[in-house]
Amino acid sequence: MQLTFRVDGRQLTFYLSGELDEHAASSVRRLADDTIDEHSYADFVLFDLSNVGFMDSTGIGFLIGRYKKCKRYSIPAYIKNPNPSADKILSISGVYTLIPKI
Amino acid sequence: MQNYMKLELAALSENESFARSAVAAFALPLSPSFSDLSDIKTAVSEAVTNCIVHAYKGGEGRIVIECRIEKAPRGGILHIVITDYGCGIEDVEEAMTPFFTTLENDERSGMGFTVMQTFSTFFKVESELGKGTRVIMQKAVGM
Repeated sequence: MQLTFRVDGRQLTFYLSGELDEHAASSVRRLADDTIDEHSYADFVLFDLSNVGFMDSTGIGFLIGRYKKCKRYSIPAYIKNPNPSADKILSISGVYTLIPKI
Repeated sequence: MQNYMKLELAALSENESFARSAVAAFALPLSPSFSDLSDIKTAVSEAVTNCIVHAYKGGEGRIVIECRIEKAPRGGILHIVITDYGCGIEDVEEAMTPFFTTLENDERSGMGFTVMQTFSTFFKVESELGKGTRVIMQKAVGM
């Protein structure tokens, strides 16, 4: 699992790649949180999942955890480009009601 | 002869990826679709994660994965049984409720059993306090 980010003006985009499971989530949680703290002025945060090949419910926990972090700064968060299997698990778990897909 | 396999793993999160890939690879002779494979991987990952996080609470333990293929004229059924010898579940019905988690502060979605249930054709949990838990799943593949 790799996590990189890009800042365009007041937009913070996280690019996740690889497999988002329990093992992976614990290694990128801190980096994601520190990055949100450093960019708390952002207007919105995007999670680009185009390179996530696998995701289980730990991934859901990870995304909801970051959503809560963004919410503390009143920054709306969005999900972009999930592959069909990530889309399935995100849909059944209702994540899109908190972090809409754009 | 029916094809089967048995895999025993240490309850370490680094084994999650191996466990789900091994079961998916075992199912390949049934000509699964991409979506079948992804369902199998996700369901196995959920069960193995539960063993590590809940049954053994991050401590030492072993996880046993048994798979069997039941062939049909086209495709077949993949039987998966995942067993741990950890703490067991106090109330299985409650544990299966969507969003229920015993680790509120630990960023758990509480969706593990719901995902396993949704992604398999048949799903059952047997658990005994202090003895362990067994997750029994079946997945119709390529049918």
